[in-house]
Amino acid sequence: MLRIKGLTKRYRTGDLALKGLDLDVPDGEVMALIGPSGAGKSTVIRCINRLVEPTAGTVMLNDIEITTLGSRDLRRARRRMGMIFQEYALVERLTVMENVLSGRLGYVAFWQSFMRKFPQADIDEAFRLLARVGLDHMADKRADELSGGQRQRVGICRALIQNPDLLLVDEPTASLDPKTSRQIMRLIKELCGERKLSAIINIHDVMLAQMFAERIVGLQLGEIVYDGPPTGLSAEVLTKIYGEEDWSATIRKIDDDADAAAEAADNVIALDSRLPHRDRMAGLT
Amino acid sequence: MSIASTVPRHWQKPPLIKRAWLRWALGLGAVVYLAAAFGTTEVNWPRVWEGLPRGARFFAAFFPPDFSGHRDDIVNGILESLWMTVVSTAIGIAISVPVGIGAAKNVAPRPVYYFCRGILAVSRSFQEIILAIFFVKLFGFGPFAGVVTLSFATVGFYGKLLAEDIEDMDFSQAEAVRATGAGWLQWINYGIQPQVMPRMIGLGLYRFDINFRESAVIGIVGAGGIGATLDTAFSRYEFRSAAAILLVIIGIVMALEYSSGYIRRWVQ
Repeated sequence: MLRIKGLTKRYRTGDLALKGLDLDVPDGEVMALIGPSGAGKSTVIRCINRLVEPTAGTVMLNDIEITTLGSRDLRRARRRMGMIFQEYALVERLTVMENVLSGRLGYVAFWQSFMRKFPQADIDEAFRLLARVGLDHMADKRADELSGGQRQRVGICRALIQNPDLLLVDEPTASLDPKTSRQIMRLIKELCGERKLSAIINIHDVMLAQMFAERIVGLQLGEIVYDGPPTGLSAEVLTKIYGEEDWSATIRKIDDDADAAAEAADNVIALDSRLPHRDRMAGLT
Repeated sequence: MSIASTVPRHWQKPPLIKRAWLRWALGLGAVVYLAAAFGTTEVNWPRVWEGLPRGARFFAAFFPPDFSGHRDDIVNGILESLWMTVVSTAIGIAISVPVGIGAAKNVAPRPVYYFCRGILAVSRSFQEIILAIFFVKLFGFGPFAGVVTLSFATVGFYGKLLAEDIEDMDFSQAEAVRATGAGWLQWINYGIQPQVMPRMIGLGLYRFDINFRESAVIGIVGAGGIGATLDTAFSRYEFRSAAAILLVIIGIVMALEYSSGYIRRWVQ
Protein backbone atom coordinates (compact mmCIF):
# COMPACT_ATOMS: atom_id res chain seq x y z
CA MET A 1 0.00 0.00 0.00
CA LEU A 2 1.34 3.39 -1.02
CA ARG A 3 0.20 6.41 0.97
CA ILE A 4 1.09 9.91 -0.13
CA LYS A 5 0.20 12.77 2.18
CA GLY A 6 0.59 16.47 1.53
CA LEU A 7 3.28 15.92 -1.07
CA THR A 8 4.71 19.27 -2.12
CA LYS A 9 7.55 20.05 -4.46
CA ARG A 10 8.98 23.46 -5.15
CA TYR A 11 11.85 23.45 -7.62
CA ARG A 12 14.86 25.67 -7.12
CA THR A 13 13.57 27.85 -9.94
CA GLY A 14 10.61 28.66 -7.66
CA ASP A 15 8.06 26.65 -9.62
CA LEU A 16 5.56 24.93 -7.37
CA ALA A 17 5.17 21.59 -9.14
CA LEU A 18 3.05 19.78 -6.56
CA LYS A 19 0.64 21.41 -4.15
CA GLY A 20 0.04 19.15 -1.18
CA LEU A 21 -0.93 15.99 -3.01
CA ASP A 22 -2.85 13.23 -1.15
CA LEU A 23 -3.06 9.85 -2.84
CA ASP A 24 -3.45 6.23 -1.73
CA VAL A 25 -2.70 3.33 -4.03
CA PRO A 26 -3.84 -0.05 -2.64
CA ASP A 27 -1.87 -3.21 -3.36
CA GLY A 28 -2.48 -4.63 -6.80
CA GLU A 29 -4.08 -1.53 -8.27
CA VAL A 30 -3.02 -0.27 -11.68
CA MET A 31 -3.52 3.46 -11.66
CA ALA A 32 -3.01 5.87 -14.52
CA LEU A 33 -1.92 9.41 -13.85
CA ILE A 34 -3.00 11.72 -16.64
CA GLY A 35 -2.66 15.42 -17.15
CA PRO A 36 -1.16 18.02 -19.44
CA SER A 37 2.60 18.51 -19.78
CA GLY A 38 3.92 20.29 -16.76
CA ALA A 39 1.11 19.13 -14.49
CA GLY A 40 3.62 17.37 -12.24
CA LYS A 41 3.13 13.73 -13.26
CA SER A 42 6.85 12.99 -13.53
CA THR A 43 7.52 14.87 -10.32
CA VAL A 44 4.99 12.71 -8.44
CA ILE A 45 6.63 9.41 -9.31
CA ARG A 46 10.15 10.80 -8.90
CA CYS A 47 9.24 12.06 -5.44
CA ILE A 48 8.06 8.57 -4.51
CA ASN A 49 11.50 7.01 -5.04
CA ARG A 50 13.20 10.33 -4.31
CA LEU A 51 15.03 10.77 -7.55
CA VAL A 52 13.54 14.19 -6.86
CA GLU A 53 13.54 15.30 -3.23
CA PRO A 54 10.07 16.42 -2.11
CA THR A 55 9.89 19.79 -0.38
CA ALA A 56 7.21 18.69 2.07
CA GLY A 57 4.80 15.83 2.76
CA THR A 58 5.23 12.13 3.39
CA VAL A 59 5.37 9.02 1.23
CA MET A 60 4.78 5.69 2.94
CA LEU A 61 5.29 2.37 1.19
CA ASN A 62 4.14 -0.59 3.31
CA ASP A 63 4.61 1.36 6.54
CA ILE A 64 8.10 2.57 5.67
CA GLU A 65 8.29 6.33 5.51
CA ILE A 66 10.45 6.94 2.48
CA THR A 67 10.73 10.70 2.84
CA THR A 68 12.91 10.57 5.96
CA LEU A 69 15.23 7.68 5.04
CA GLY A 70 19.00 8.09 5.08
CA SER A 71 20.87 7.26 1.88
CA ARG A 72 21.55 3.64 2.82
CA ASP A 73 17.94 2.91 3.79
CA LEU A 74 16.72 4.84 0.77
CA ARG A 75 18.68 2.49 -1.49
CA ARG A 76 17.07 -0.46 0.27
CA ALA A 77 13.64 1.11 -0.18
CA ARG A 78 14.31 1.80 -3.86
CA ARG A 79 14.78 -1.92 -4.43
CA ARG A 80 11.07 -2.33 -3.71
CA MET A 81 10.09 0.19 -6.37
CA GLY A 82 10.66 -0.71 -9.98
CA MET A 83 10.76 2.17 -12.41
CA ILE A 84 10.02 2.13 -16.13
CA PHE A 85 11.06 5.15 -18.15
CA GLN A 86 10.07 7.25 -21.07
CA GLU A 87 12.56 6.58 -23.91
CA TYR A 88 13.41 3.35 -22.03
CA ALA A 89 16.58 4.73 -20.33
CA LEU A 90 18.45 1.49 -20.92
CA VAL A 91 22.21 1.82 -20.63
CA GLU A 92 22.74 1.62 -24.36
CA ARG A 93 26.25 0.25 -24.45
CA LEU A 94 25.52 -2.56 -22.01
CA THR A 95 24.02 -5.84 -23.16
CA VAL A 96 20.38 -6.73 -22.66
CA MET A 97 21.41 -9.12 -19.88
CA GLU A 98 23.51 -6.51 -18.09
CA ASN A 99 20.62 -4.09 -18.29
CA VAL A 100 18.22 -6.60 -16.78
CA LEU A 101 20.69 -7.63 -14.09
CA SER A 102 21.28 -3.98 -13.21
CA GLY A 103 17.87 -4.27 -11.53
CA ARG A 104 19.62 -6.46 -8.94
CA LEU A 105 22.32 -3.90 -8.13
CA GLY A 106 20.65 -3.02 -4.85
CA TYR A 107 20.94 -6.64 -3.73
CA VAL A 108 24.55 -7.53 -4.63
CA ALA A 109 27.91 -6.26 -3.45
CA PHE A 110 29.94 -3.88 -5.60
CA TRP A 111 32.58 -6.45 -6.56
CA GLN A 112 29.97 -8.97 -7.62
CA SER A 113 28.36 -6.44 -9.91
CA PHE A 114 31.72 -5.08 -11.10
CA MET A 115 32.90 -8.56 -12.13
CA ARG A 116 29.41 -9.32 -13.51
CA LYS A 117 29.26 -12.36 -11.19
CA PHE A 118 25.61 -12.26 -10.20
CA PRO A 119 24.07 -15.07 -8.13
CA GLN A 120 22.75 -17.93 -10.28
CA ALA A 121 19.24 -17.29 -8.95
CA ASP A 122 19.36 -13.75 -10.39
CA ILE A 123 20.55 -15.03 -13.75
CA ASP A 124 17.80 -17.67 -13.80
CA GLU A 125 15.21 -15.02 -12.98
CA ALA A 126 16.61 -12.71 -15.66
CA PHE A 127 16.27 -15.42 -18.29
CA ARG A 128 12.79 -16.25 -17.05
CA LEU A 129 11.70 -12.63 -17.36
CA LEU A 130 13.32 -12.19 -20.77
CA ALA A 131 11.55 -15.33 -21.94
CA ARG A 132 8.30 -13.96 -20.57
CA VAL A 133 8.62 -10.88 -22.77
CA GLY A 134 10.02 -12.90 -25.68
CA LEU A 135 13.59 -11.64 -25.64
CA ASP A 136 15.67 -14.40 -24.05
CA HIS A 137 17.43 -15.04 -27.34
CA MET A 138 18.61 -11.41 -27.32
CA ALA A 139 20.42 -11.60 -23.96
CA ASP A 140 23.86 -10.78 -25.34
CA LYS A 141 22.77 -8.13 -27.82
CA ARG A 142 23.72 -4.58 -26.99
CA ALA A 143 20.70 -2.55 -25.87
CA ASP A 144 21.10 -0.02 -28.66
CA GLU A 145 20.61 -2.76 -31.25
CA LEU A 146 16.99 -3.30 -30.20
CA SER A 147 13.83 -1.68 -31.52
CA GLY A 148 11.81 0.68 -29.33
CA GLY A 149 9.28 -1.92 -28.24
CA GLN A 150 12.01 -4.44 -27.48
CA ARG A 151 13.91 -1.88 -25.43
CA GLN A 152 10.87 -1.04 -23.37
CA ARG A 153 10.33 -4.75 -22.67
CA VAL A 154 13.92 -4.97 -21.42
CA GLY A 155 13.15 -1.92 -19.27
CA ILE A 156 10.17 -3.78 -17.86
CA CYS A 157 12.37 -6.79 -17.06
CA ARG A 158 14.88 -4.52 -15.32
CA ALA A 159 12.11 -3.14 -13.13
CA LEU A 160 10.56 -6.54 -12.38
CA ILE A 161 13.79 -8.33 -11.46
CA GLN A 162 14.01 -5.94 -8.51
CA ASN A 163 11.07 -7.93 -7.14
CA PRO A 164 9.22 -4.70 -6.43
CA ASP A 165 5.99 -4.02 -4.54
CA LEU A 166 5.25 -1.04 -6.71
CA LEU A 167 5.91 -0.07 -10.31
CA LEU A 168 6.54 3.56 -11.16
CA VAL A 169 5.97 3.98 -14.87
CA ASP A 170 6.84 7.25 -16.58
CA GLU A 171 5.33 7.71 -20.04
CA PRO A 172 6.09 4.14 -21.16
CA THR A 173 4.64 4.62 -24.62
CA ALA A 174 5.77 8.15 -25.42
CA SER A 175 8.12 7.12 -28.22
CA LEU A 176 6.34 3.99 -29.45
CA ASP A 177 3.95 3.49 -32.33
CA PRO A 178 0.26 2.94 -31.46
CA LYS A 179 0.35 -0.82 -31.82
CA THR A 180 3.53 -1.30 -29.81
CA SER A 181 2.15 1.12 -27.22
CA ARG A 182 -0.83 -1.12 -26.67
CA GLN A 183 1.34 -4.21 -26.45
CA ILE A 184 3.55 -2.57 -23.85
CA MET A 185 0.60 -1.35 -21.80
CA ARG A 186 -1.04 -4.76 -22.01
CA LEU A 187 2.19 -6.40 -20.92
CA ILE A 188 2.53 -4.09 -17.93
CA LYS A 189 -1.07 -4.76 -16.94
CA GLU A 190 -0.68 -8.53 -17.32
CA LEU A 191 2.53 -8.59 -15.32
CA CYS A 192 0.98 -6.49 -12.56
CA GLY A 193 -1.88 -8.98 -12.44
CA GLU A 194 0.44 -11.98 -12.32
CA ARG A 195 2.54 -10.52 -9.53
CA LYS A 196 -0.16 -8.62 -7.62
CA LEU A 197 1.82 -5.44 -8.21
CA SER A 198 0.46 -1.98 -7.90
CA ALA A 199 1.50 0.53 -10.50
CA ILE A 200 1.37 4.24 -11.11
CA ILE A 201 1.49 4.90 -14.82
CA ASN A 202 2.07 8.42 -16.11
CA ILE A 203 0.58 8.60 -19.53
CA HIS A 204 -0.32 11.22 -22.09
CA ASP A 205 -2.63 9.05 -24.11
CA VAL A 206 -6.06 9.23 -22.48
CA MET A 207 -7.42 6.36 -24.52
CA LEU A 208 -4.61 4.03 -23.53
CA ALA A 209 -5.09 5.03 -19.92
CA GLN A 210 -8.78 4.16 -20.10
CA MET A 211 -8.09 0.85 -21.80
CA PHE A 212 -5.54 -0.46 -19.37
CA ALA A 213 -5.97 1.20 -15.99
CA GLU A 214 -8.49 0.41 -13.26
CA ARG A 215 -8.33 3.89 -11.85
CA ILE A 216 -7.57 7.25 -13.34
CA VAL A 217 -6.15 10.22 -11.50
CA GLY A 218 -6.14 13.52 -13.34
CA LEU A 219 -3.49 16.04 -12.38
CA GLN A 220 -3.58 19.70 -13.25
CA LEU A 221 -1.00 22.26 -12.11
CA GLY A 222 0.12 20.04 -9.23
CA GLU A 223 -3.35 19.24 -7.92
CA ILE A 224 -5.66 16.26 -8.31
CA VAL A 225 -8.76 17.29 -10.23
CA TYR A 226 -10.15 13.83 -10.96
CA ASP A 227 -9.89 10.51 -9.16
CA GLY A 228 -12.16 7.73 -10.30
CA PRO A 229 -12.88 4.91 -12.71
CA PRO A 230 -12.01 5.17 -16.43
CA THR A 231 -15.68 5.32 -17.30
CA GLY A 232 -16.04 8.56 -15.38
CA LEU A 233 -13.95 10.54 -17.84
CA SER A 234 -16.58 12.78 -19.36
CA ALA A 235 -16.06 15.81 -21.55
CA GLU A 236 -16.39 18.04 -18.47
CA VAL A 237 -13.75 16.07 -16.59
CA LEU A 238 -11.33 16.15 -19.50
CA THR A 239 -11.87 19.86 -19.85
CA LYS A 240 -11.11 20.28 -16.16
CA ILE A 241 -7.84 18.35 -16.58
CA TYR A 242 -6.61 19.60 -19.92
CA GLY A 243 -8.63 22.70 -20.69
CA GLU A 244 -11.27 23.55 -23.25
CA GLU A 245 -11.26 21.30 -26.32
CA ASP A 246 -13.67 19.25 -28.36
CA TRP A 247 -13.46 15.91 -26.56
CA SER A 248 -16.21 14.09 -28.43
CA ALA A 249 -13.77 12.13 -30.60
CA THR A 250 -11.75 10.97 -27.61
CA ILE A 251 -14.81 9.90 -25.68
CA ARG A 252 -16.63 8.21 -28.52
CA LYS A 253 -13.60 6.17 -29.54
CA ILE A 254 -13.13 4.90 -26.02
CA ASP A 255 -16.03 2.45 -26.29
CA ASP A 256 -14.98 1.03 -29.66
CA ASP A 257 -11.41 0.74 -28.50
CA ALA A 258 -12.32 -0.89 -25.24
CA ASP A 259 -14.24 -3.55 -27.15
CA ALA A 260 -11.40 -4.02 -29.60
CA ALA A 261 -8.93 -4.25 -26.75
CA ALA A 262 -10.98 -6.85 -24.95
CA GLU A 263 -11.18 -8.84 -28.15
CA ALA A 264 -7.45 -8.55 -28.75
CA ALA A 265 -6.74 -9.63 -25.21
CA ASP A 266 -8.94 -12.67 -25.70
CA ASN A 267 -7.04 -13.57 -28.85
CA VAL A 268 -3.74 -13.26 -27.09
CA ILE A 269 -4.84 -15.50 -24.26
CA ALA A 270 -6.15 -18.06 -26.72
CA LEU A 271 -2.86 -17.99 -28.61
CA ASP A 272 -1.02 -18.15 -25.37
CA SER A 273 -2.21 -21.63 -24.50
CA ARG A 274 -0.85 -23.04 -27.72
CA LEU A 275 2.42 -21.18 -28.21
CA PRO A 276 5.39 -20.46 -25.99
CA HIS A 277 5.61 -16.80 -25.00
CA ARG A 278 8.65 -16.09 -27.07
CA ASP A 279 6.99 -16.95 -30.32
CA ARG A 280 3.98 -14.97 -29.35
CA MET A 281 5.94 -11.83 -28.56
CA ALA A 282 8.54 -12.26 -31.28
CA GLY A 283 5.75 -12.21 -33.81
CA LEU A 284 4.65 -8.87 -32.46
CA THR A 285 7.93 -7.07 -32.92
CA MET B 1 -6.78 36.74 -51.42
CA SER B 2 -5.19 37.87 -48.22
CA ILE B 3 -2.98 40.89 -47.83
CA ALA B 4 0.07 38.72 -47.14
CA SER B 5 0.05 37.36 -50.66
CA THR B 6 -0.19 40.78 -52.33
CA VAL B 7 2.33 42.75 -50.25
CA PRO B 8 5.57 40.76 -49.87
CA ARG B 9 6.95 41.11 -46.36
CA HIS B 10 10.63 41.88 -46.07
CA TRP B 11 12.78 39.32 -44.25
CA GLN B 12 16.46 39.27 -43.47
CA LYS B 13 18.55 37.08 -41.17
CA PRO B 14 18.86 38.95 -37.86
CA PRO B 15 22.44 40.21 -37.40
CA LEU B 16 24.65 38.54 -34.77
CA ILE B 17 25.27 41.88 -33.03
CA LYS B 18 22.11 43.93 -32.81
CA ARG B 19 23.56 47.43 -32.30
CA ALA B 20 24.67 48.71 -35.68
CA TRP B 21 27.38 51.09 -34.38
CA LEU B 22 28.94 48.31 -32.27
CA ARG B 23 28.86 45.92 -35.23
CA TRP B 24 30.65 48.42 -37.47
CA ALA B 25 33.10 49.49 -34.76
CA LEU B 26 34.16 45.91 -34.06
CA GLY B 27 34.55 45.09 -37.75
CA LEU B 28 36.47 48.26 -38.51
CA GLY B 29 38.65 47.85 -35.42
CA ALA B 30 39.62 44.32 -36.43
CA VAL B 31 40.53 45.44 -39.97
CA VAL B 32 42.59 48.41 -38.75
CA TYR B 33 44.47 46.31 -36.19
CA LEU B 34 45.25 43.56 -38.73
CA ALA B 35 46.52 46.13 -41.26
CA ALA B 36 48.65 47.82 -38.61
CA ALA B 37 50.00 44.49 -37.38
CA PHE B 38 51.05 43.43 -40.85
CA GLY B 39 52.45 46.88 -41.55
CA THR B 40 54.71 46.85 -38.51
CA THR B 41 55.98 43.27 -38.88
CA GLU B 42 59.69 43.75 -39.53
CA VAL B 43 61.16 41.38 -42.08
CA ASN B 44 64.85 41.62 -42.86
CA TRP B 45 64.64 40.39 -46.44
CA PRO B 46 68.41 40.30 -47.17
CA ARG B 47 68.85 38.23 -44.00
CA VAL B 48 66.09 35.84 -45.09
CA TRP B 49 67.75 35.54 -48.49
CA GLU B 50 71.10 34.90 -46.91
CA GLY B 51 69.56 32.27 -44.62
CA LEU B 52 68.09 30.15 -47.39
CA PRO B 53 71.36 28.53 -48.60
CA ARG B 54 72.45 28.22 -45.00
CA GLY B 55 69.26 26.34 -44.22
CA ALA B 56 69.81 24.15 -47.25
CA ARG B 57 73.34 23.31 -46.06
CA PHE B 58 72.01 22.58 -42.58
CA PHE B 59 69.35 20.34 -44.03
CA ALA B 60 71.89 18.60 -46.28
CA ALA B 61 74.01 17.85 -43.24
CA PHE B 62 71.20 15.52 -42.11
CA PHE B 63 71.85 13.20 -45.01
CA PRO B 64 72.42 10.37 -45.07
CA PRO B 65 70.97 9.70 -41.60
CA ASP B 66 73.41 7.77 -39.47
CA PHE B 67 71.67 5.05 -37.52
CA SER B 68 74.77 3.06 -36.59
CA GLY B 69 77.12 5.67 -35.08
CA HIS B 70 75.27 6.01 -31.78
CA ARG B 71 73.08 2.98 -32.13
CA ASP B 72 73.09 2.07 -28.44
CA ASP B 73 72.33 5.65 -27.39
CA ILE B 74 69.42 5.81 -29.81
CA VAL B 75 68.00 2.44 -28.76
CA ASN B 76 68.36 3.29 -25.06
CA GLY B 77 66.84 6.72 -25.59
CA ILE B 78 63.84 5.32 -27.45
CA LEU B 79 63.32 2.58 -24.88
CA GLU B 80 63.52 5.14 -22.09
CA SER B 81 61.02 7.38 -23.88
CA LEU B 82 58.62 4.50 -24.41
CA TRP B 83 58.97 3.49 -20.78
CA MET B 84 58.32 7.07 -19.66
CA THR B 85 55.31 7.23 -21.94
CA VAL B 86 53.75 4.00 -20.66
CA VAL B 87 54.34 4.77 -16.99
CA SER B 88 53.25 8.40 -17.14
CA THR B 89 50.14 7.66 -19.20
CA ALA B 90 49.12 4.92 -16.75
CA ILE B 91 49.76 7.07 -13.67
CA GLY B 92 48.14 10.11 -15.24
CA ILE B 93 44.97 8.27 -16.23
CA ALA B 94 44.75 6.51 -12.85
CA ILE B 95 44.82 9.89 -11.11
CA SER B 96 42.55 11.66 -13.59
CA VAL B 97 39.67 9.17 -13.27
CA PRO B 98 38.72 10.19 -9.71
CA VAL B 99 39.60 13.82 -10.41
CA GLY B 100 37.57 13.81 -13.62
CA ILE B 101 34.53 12.25 -11.92
CA GLY B 102 34.84 14.83 -9.18
CA ALA B 103 35.02 17.61 -11.75
CA ALA B 104 31.77 16.61 -13.46
CA LYS B 105 29.06 19.03 -12.38
CA ASN B 106 26.19 16.56 -12.70
CA VAL B 107 27.83 13.90 -10.52
CA ALA B 108 29.91 15.60 -7.83
CA PRO B 109 28.71 17.73 -4.92
CA ARG B 110 29.62 21.42 -5.25
CA PRO B 111 32.72 21.56 -2.95
CA VAL B 112 34.24 18.45 -4.57
CA TYR B 113 33.47 19.91 -7.99
CA TYR B 114 35.31 23.17 -7.30
CA PHE B 115 38.27 21.35 -5.72
CA CYS B 116 38.71 18.98 -8.69
CA ARG B 117 38.19 21.77 -11.22
CA GLY B 118 40.95 23.60 -9.37
CA ILE B 119 43.33 20.66 -9.75
CA LEU B 120 42.55 20.49 -13.46
CA ALA B 121 43.01 24.22 -13.94
CA VAL B 122 46.43 24.17 -12.25
CA SER B 123 47.50 21.13 -14.24
CA ARG B 124 46.40 22.67 -17.52
CA SER B 125 47.85 26.11 -17.02
CA PHE B 126 51.49 25.08 -17.47
CA GLN B 127 52.97 23.88 -20.70
CA GLU B 128 54.98 20.64 -20.48
CA ILE B 129 58.35 22.36 -21.01
CA ILE B 130 57.76 24.69 -18.08
CA LEU B 131 56.66 21.77 -15.90
CA ALA B 132 59.72 19.80 -17.00
CA ILE B 133 62.11 22.64 -16.11
CA PHE B 134 60.44 22.87 -12.71
CA PHE B 135 60.53 19.14 -12.01
CA VAL B 136 64.13 18.81 -13.24
CA LYS B 137 65.06 21.50 -10.70
CA LEU B 138 63.05 19.58 -8.09
CA PHE B 139 64.13 15.99 -8.74
CA GLY B 140 67.35 16.42 -10.74
CA PHE B 141 68.12 15.41 -14.31
CA GLY B 142 66.74 12.13 -15.60
CA PRO B 143 63.59 10.33 -16.65
CA PHE B 144 61.89 10.54 -13.23
CA ALA B 145 61.38 14.27 -13.69
CA GLY B 146 60.01 13.47 -17.15
CA VAL B 147 57.56 10.89 -15.82
CA VAL B 148 56.27 13.32 -13.19
CA THR B 149 55.92 16.04 -15.84
CA LEU B 150 53.97 13.88 -18.26
CA SER B 151 51.76 12.37 -15.54
CA PHE B 152 50.91 15.85 -14.29
CA ALA B 153 50.08 17.08 -17.77
CA THR B 154 48.02 13.94 -18.48
CA VAL B 155 45.81 14.60 -15.44
CA GLY B 156 44.87 18.02 -16.76
CA PHE B 157 44.13 16.78 -20.25
CA TYR B 158 42.39 13.50 -19.50
CA GLY B 159 40.59 14.65 -16.36
CA LYS B 160 39.05 17.64 -18.09
CA LEU B 161 37.88 15.61 -21.09
CA LEU B 162 36.50 12.88 -18.82
CA ALA B 163 34.61 15.47 -16.78
CA GLU B 164 33.17 17.01 -19.92
CA ASP B 165 32.18 13.64 -21.32
CA ILE B 166 30.37 12.79 -18.08
CA GLU B 167 28.60 16.14 -18.18
CA ASP B 168 27.46 15.42 -21.74
CA MET B 169 26.13 11.94 -21.02
CA ASP B 170 22.48 10.91 -21.22
CA PHE B 171 21.44 11.46 -17.62
CA SER B 172 18.29 9.34 -17.89
CA GLN B 173 20.39 6.18 -18.27
CA ALA B 174 22.25 7.00 -15.07
CA GLU B 175 18.99 7.93 -13.36
CA ALA B 176 17.50 4.55 -14.26
CA VAL B 177 20.45 2.75 -12.65
CA ARG B 178 20.12 4.87 -9.53
CA ALA B 179 16.40 4.06 -9.33
CA THR B 180 17.23 0.35 -8.88
CA GLY B 181 18.78 1.07 -5.48
CA ALA B 182 22.35 0.79 -6.72
CA GLY B 183 25.19 2.07 -4.54
CA TRP B 184 27.38 4.96 -5.66
CA LEU B 185 30.18 2.85 -7.12
CA GLN B 186 27.66 0.58 -8.83
CA TRP B 187 25.98 3.66 -10.22
CA ILE B 188 29.28 4.89 -11.69
CA ASN B 189 30.11 1.42 -13.01
CA TYR B 190 26.73 0.70 -14.63
CA GLY B 191 25.22 4.09 -15.31
CA ILE B 192 28.17 6.24 -16.34
CA GLN B 193 31.19 4.14 -17.28
CA PRO B 194 29.55 2.41 -20.27
CA GLN B 195 28.55 5.79 -21.66
CA VAL B 196 32.00 7.36 -21.52
CA MET B 197 34.25 4.31 -21.99
CA PRO B 198 34.73 4.20 -25.78
CA ARG B 199 35.66 7.85 -25.99
CA MET B 200 37.95 7.58 -22.99
CA ILE B 201 39.80 4.62 -24.51
CA GLY B 202 40.32 6.66 -27.65
CA LEU B 203 41.51 9.66 -25.65
CA GLY B 204 43.83 7.46 -23.60
CA LEU B 205 45.51 6.29 -26.81
CA TYR B 206 45.65 9.85 -28.07
CA ARG B 207 47.28 10.95 -24.81
CA PHE B 208 49.79 8.07 -25.13
CA ASP B 209 50.68 9.47 -28.51
CA ILE B 210 51.08 13.01 -27.14
CA ASN B 211 53.14 11.79 -24.20
CA PHE B 212 55.58 10.04 -26.52
CA ARG B 213 56.08 13.18 -28.59
CA GLU B 214 56.39 15.31 -25.46
CA SER B 215 58.92 12.89 -24.02
CA ALA B 216 61.16 13.75 -26.98
CA VAL B 217 60.80 17.46 -26.26
CA ILE B 218 61.19 17.54 -22.49
CA GLY B 219 64.42 15.54 -22.81
CA ILE B 220 65.95 18.71 -24.19
CA VAL B 221 65.57 20.41 -20.81
CA GLY B 222 67.03 17.37 -19.07
CA ALA B 223 64.03 15.21 -18.29
CA GLY B 224 65.39 12.02 -19.88
CA GLY B 225 64.25 9.99 -22.85
CA ILE B 226 65.10 10.27 -26.53
CA GLY B 227 65.04 14.07 -26.26
CA ALA B 228 68.24 13.97 -24.22
CA THR B 229 69.93 11.87 -26.93
CA LEU B 230 68.65 14.25 -29.60
CA ASP B 231 69.92 17.27 -27.69
CA THR B 232 73.36 15.69 -27.30
CA ALA B 233 73.53 14.90 -31.01
CA PHE B 234 72.69 18.49 -31.93
CA SER B 235 75.12 20.03 -29.48
CA ARG B 236 77.91 17.83 -30.87
CA TYR B 237 76.97 18.86 -34.44
CA GLU B 238 76.24 15.19 -35.23
CA PHE B 239 73.41 16.07 -37.55
CA ARG B 240 73.30 12.69 -39.26
CA SER B 241 72.68 10.99 -35.92
CA ALA B 242 70.09 13.63 -35.08
CA ALA B 243 68.38 12.89 -38.40
CA ALA B 244 68.31 9.20 -37.52
CA ILE B 245 66.70 10.00 -34.16
CA LEU B 246 64.10 12.26 -35.80
CA LEU B 247 63.24 9.55 -38.32
CA VAL B 248 62.78 7.00 -35.54
CA ILE B 249 60.50 9.42 -33.66
CA ILE B 250 58.47 10.09 -36.80
CA GLY B 251 58.21 6.34 -37.44
CA ILE B 252 56.99 5.58 -33.93
CA VAL B 253 54.50 8.47 -33.92
CA MET B 254 53.08 7.28 -37.23
CA ALA B 255 52.82 3.71 -35.97
CA LEU B 256 51.02 4.96 -32.84
CA GLU B 257 48.72 7.11 -34.96
CA TYR B 258 47.66 4.22 -37.17
CA SER B 259 47.25 1.71 -34.36
CA SER B 260 45.30 4.14 -32.17
CA GLY B 261 43.02 4.99 -35.08
CA TYR B 262 42.41 1.31 -35.62
CA ILE B 263 41.73 0.60 -31.94
CA ARG B 264 39.40 3.59 -31.68
CA ARG B 265 37.31 2.37 -34.58
CA TRP B 266 37.22 -1.05 -32.98
CA VAL B 267 35.93 0.15 -29.56
CA GLN B 268 33.19 2.27 -31.12
